[in-house]
Amino acid sequence: MRVALFVTCLADALFPQVGRATVALLERLGHEVVFPAGQTCCGQMHVNTGYQRDALPLIRRHVASFQGYDAVVAPSGSCVGCVRHQHEMVARRFDRDRLADQAAAVAARTYELSEFLVDVLRVTDVGAYFPHRVTYHPTCHSLRMLRVGDKPLRLLRNVRGIDLTELPEADECCGFGGTFSVKNPDTSTAMLADKMRNVLATGAEVVSAGDSSCLMHIGGGLSRLRAGARTLHLAEILATTEDGAR
Amino acid sequence: MSTFLGMPAHAPRGVGGLHGDEPFPAAARRALADSQLRRNIGNATSTIRAKRAAVVGEVPDWEELRLAGEAIKAAVMARLDVHLERLEQEVTARGGVVHWARDATEANRIVTDLVRATGSDEAVKVKSMATQEIGLNEALEAAGIAAVETDLAELIVQLGHDQPSHILVPAIHRNRSEIREIFLREMPDAPADLTDDPAALAAAARAHLRRKFLSARVAISGANFAVAETGTLLVVESEGNGRMCLTLPQTLITVMGIEKLVPTWTDLEVFLQLLPRSSTGERMNPYTSAWTGVTPGDGPQEFHLVLLDNGRTAALADPVGRSALHCIRCSACLNVCPVYQRTGGHAYGSVYPGPIGAVLTPQLTGVEENPSLPYASSLCGACFDACPVRIDIPGLLVHLRAQHTEQQRERHMLPTAEAAAMSVASWVMADPRRFARAEKAARAARLLANRQGRLTTLPPPLSGWSSSRDAPAPPRETFREWWARTRGGRS
Repeated sequence: MRVALFVTCLADALFPQVGRATVALLERLGHEVVFPAGQTCCGQMHVNTGYQRDALPLIRRHVASFQGYDAVVAPSGSCVGCVRHQHEMVARRFDRDRLADQAAAVAARTYELSEFLVDVLRVTDVGAYFPHRVTYHPTCHSLRMLRVGDKPLRLLRNVRGIDLTELPEADECCGFGGTFSVKNPDTSTAMLADKMRNVLATGAEVVSAGDSSCLMHIGGGLSRLRAGARTLHLAEILATTEDGAR
Repeated sequence: MSTFLGMPAHAPRGVGGLHGDEPFPAAARRALADSQLRRNIGNATSTIRAKRAAVVGEVPDWEELRLAGEAIKAAVMARLDVHLERLEQEVTARGGVVHWARDATEANRIVTDLVRATGSDEAVKVKSMATQEIGLNEALEAAGIAAVETDLAELIVQLGHDQPSHILVPAIHRNRSEIREIFLREMPDAPADLTDDPAALAAAARAHLRRKFLSARVAISGANFAVAETGTLLVVESEGNGRMCLTLPQTLITVMGIEKLVPTWTDLEVFLQLLPRSSTGERMNPYTSAWTGVTPGDGPQEFHLVLLDNGRTAALADPVGRSALHCIRCSACLNVCPVYQRTGGHAYGSVYPGPIGAVLTPQLTGVEENPSLPYASSLCGACFDACPVRIDIPGLLVHLRAQHTEQQRERHMLPTAEAAAMSVASWVMADPRRFARAEKAARAARLLANRQGRLTTLPPPLSGWSSSRDAPAPPRETFREWWARTRGGRS
């Protein structure tokens, strides 16, 4: 299948290894990956901070970049959530009905990585090898906007050598929330403190998630504390194989 | 032909409990530093959360009930004017008197005059959010009338000269040793050897309140529901103290928000299943009291219903925002909210705290009066999943944030620093070449990174981030550069 990679602005600018891992994984599974070069950002930060009018040009850009592909895949539950639940709404709010229809069509073919693997490609064993103790944070938007359920865990359970350990209070927010982490830094930090406590209680060396943004938050806290646990995106674990092809 | 009467008014300033003294982030900061508060609220919310999850899980048609609740509420809002007139007609026909209160000030004046007319200087109260919202106790006190809260938790709050911090459990921020101290200090008839055993505390409150019930001539209540077709009012409670108030005094005054009615008894069936399981985590609440007008020789002989607007019509005028009026005050969203669980209710500065408060309060007062509340959420979505009438609270928060920034834009000649930054970000990201250049420019930050490739201090406004978290330094090569280098720009 020909897959358009929606890498997300965050992964493009700060976590390129997540994009590279997504490409490696999909190509290993025998699919052709293309990177529509016109893509920038889905506009989630603008929408969620109250700047819907400023999000319009970004929605237009996103739609123009991804129109016409059979499948658009992103290594982010949050950005896919924005594409699926906010693009059409914002366009309609400003009476851009044509854009809204186009956005709805793109949204219908846009998938978060674990959804795409499990629901579209119908694969739960991607042939990965990762001999480390890992715990998984399911991320709010994957869980409650996209309802990906246990798809990421089903993928991880099939990784060879992995020691997957359950994260206590896994479904609770890590406190990132985009600009929430800057506008309400104290509350955000209090939430992060509890998330880190739960991560460290598992004894995992790696905390993984399907969103670079939540991982940037959890990882930023763990790094500040020199806590000795690191973050890896789900795609990075799934892309790793025994022969170290990645 | 209809007459345009102008935009409906918001809840006025200076009266009632909808306007906080400081923005949420500042109030939250103080609350977070209170370790006793954190412990009390953390323990209490996790207990209720577990109880709720258990009793909701055993209902096979819970999702269908939620859908029904949502549909009934949406239908009520669509024809609220018609239902309200029907309610007035039915209450009046059964011997009650209906009063319409435009706002908190008007409602307080109506109730004060009604109590005065009875000649009483004391009124017993059933737990009520509407009377908290309008600041009725303070208004009565100013008129020389003592309002006695009879809900145990409200009594604790009142005796402690405190503010409620939760819709259902207003004293959730207090533990039992604090409650014992309050009783010993403020309750003249508390036994001197009172312990902090919950049964002993309840017994002391019971003895104290019993004397009030037997002497009171006026009771003031709120209402969980009104059934328009028969003019019946309902209060749902746990302790039975509400029923004492509703049945013993001669005069009963009920203050109810105009959104709380349902058209028929059949509609009520849905909510009486949704409410107790969502709020206290019980299959059925111990006391459901319903009264219809006045019955000669039985119960209150005078009944007044005060229908309160106080910004509700303004909320109703917003086709998106109005769904906040569907709230049945169960407080399930508070108990699952990761923000509320850590800050408690006082930080919201409103009698309606938590996620529902963050969308309801700014709509009642106008968002410009409470601009920090729509931002008091990480948009994690736990509130929507818990809401028994499926209010899309995250969607409403995003909606109100847009309203806030757009109002700011209209009012100010110069954009705020944030608005300016957002416009620049939008301009940059609307074009892939500009975005790529910005990514390249950001690479300069690598010079500031530590050996682990982390940035540990960031300039304002990002300093809020780096106060507790490191940030990754930009990589040597962005994804799009890697793609261009390795795939020759193939796209």
